[in-house]
Amino acid sequence: MADLNPITWWRHMLSLPNTSPAKTLIVALLVALTCGTAVSVTAIMLRPLQQKHHERERQARMQELLKSLPGMKDLIDDAGEVTLQCVLVELATGAIIEVADPLSFDQRAEAADPRANFDIPASADIAGIGKRSRRAPAYLMRWNGKLKRIILPVRGSGYQSMLYGYLALEGDLVTVAGLTFYAQAETPGLGTRIQEPAWQNLWPGSKIADDQGNLRIEVVRGKGTRPYQVDGISGATRTGTGVTNLLRFWLGDYGFGPFLKQLEIGKIDP
Amino acid sequence: MTRHIELVVRPIIDSNPITLQILGICSALAVTTSLSTALTMCAALTVVLMFANGIISLIRNHIPPAIRLIIQITIVASLVIVIDQILRAYAFELSQRLSIFVGLIVTNCIVLGRIEAFAMRNAVWPSVLDGLGNGIGYSVILATVASIRELLGTGTLLGYTILTTVRDGGWFEPLGFMLLAPSAFFIIGLLIWLVRSLKPSQIEQSEFRDLAQGKEMRS
Repeated sequence: MADLNPITWWRHMLSLPNTSPAKTLIVALLVALTCGTAVSVTAIMLRPLQQKHHERERQARMQELLKSLPGMKDLIDDAGEVTLQCVLVELATGAIIEVADPLSFDQRAEAADPRANFDIPASADIAGIGKRSRRAPAYLMRWNGKLKRIILPVRGSGYQSMLYGYLALEGDLVTVAGLTFYAQAETPGLGTRIQEPAWQNLWPGSKIADDQGNLRIEVVRGKGTRPYQVDGISGATRTGTGVTNLLRFWLGDYGFGPFLKQLEIGKIDP
Repeated sequence: MTRHIELVVRPIIDSNPITLQILGICSALAVTTSLSTALTMCAALTVVLMFANGIISLIRNHIPPAIRLIIQITIVASLVIVIDQILRAYAFELSQRLSIFVGLIVTNCIVLGRIEAFAMRNAVWPSVLDGLGNGIGYSVILATVASIRELLGTGTLLGYTILTTVRDGGWFEPLGFMLLAPSAFFIIGLLIWLVRSLKPSQIEQSEFRDLAQGKEMRS
């Protein structure tokens, strides 16, 4: 043990019989260390590239949502009249923040950044997300200069995974124009059906609030009877509840509520 | 030198991992609906096989028998993760279509089979060549099956139209069956029949006599 020269030590280790417990432990440790380092180094080095692909996938979904909105196709054919604008919203006040390139804003990065994110009070955190970014992008679609649709990113806990999607509202800010999810990992064949067009097509035309302006949007068990109720998926009750909660959160006071209010009273006209 | 060439050439037909050793069938069924996914899978498997054989051979004299399999699987799994990450970064579309099958290379019998049968007993360079040879052998079969399935199933090869389908105004009625997994079974079966008709030495004796004479068993 007195000899601390690593080379002699290494030779000594190699010369041990393969059956010795000491060598077994050392070899296992070295293999684990080498393999672990190789895997982490590749994962970290390639992450920016992979994220770029995911970002492109997200953008493609966004375009898809825009195209799948009813009546949208006619609008797009009428090009030139329609403009799509991305703005960055400060969620707490609902004010629009002027930045050079709102499209490049990374909401997930800000929500994960302890210096920039916002702790949602537990009582208000119905979507089960814990922390959210202080700012969020919103997409405004105008036709002949008039606000036609507004598209908001939403997310929240489903039954067993985080659901990421976009909610599109009509210009009256009450009628849903569409809802789409681009990332989730719910139970295959049950909860995952929230990504299917058959279910997403139930959304256009439903209302987020009743006539008094109370937030009422809800995924119900079975068939919905009111304008603010949407049919649930059999066997995916908790995914449906998750969707209800995430919509109410993001349309509520801690989500885009202040922004929608400002738009409604015409205080801001981005 | 001839021995080295033989190491690469022999597994292509004479001891092909799929048609003779009947290994790696699962992935051969799953990724052969189109040629491009099959070729990507082949490249991934060949690279993993070469590196795994090389690395295991390098440390073969110092692998404690008690944790032999764990070490082999750890090394193969790490290689597979690295390859998977590279595919996700540089070939995102393909990696989405290959989905879990790249990750499942870990459980591909060919990899562990070659490590156990060859790399544990041979020097580094021959082991790498053996990996290359078996990778090519796997690739030849996969490319053949994928070409047949893609051509007859959709009328295209690598996405280029070869036979114009009825829907596009041509004469060719695509065989939907070719896109389902069982068709790969039939094609591989026919390939095995073809190879063994040409090379009768590959025909096995009946199982009963094999066991009676205590010959090596296949997994």
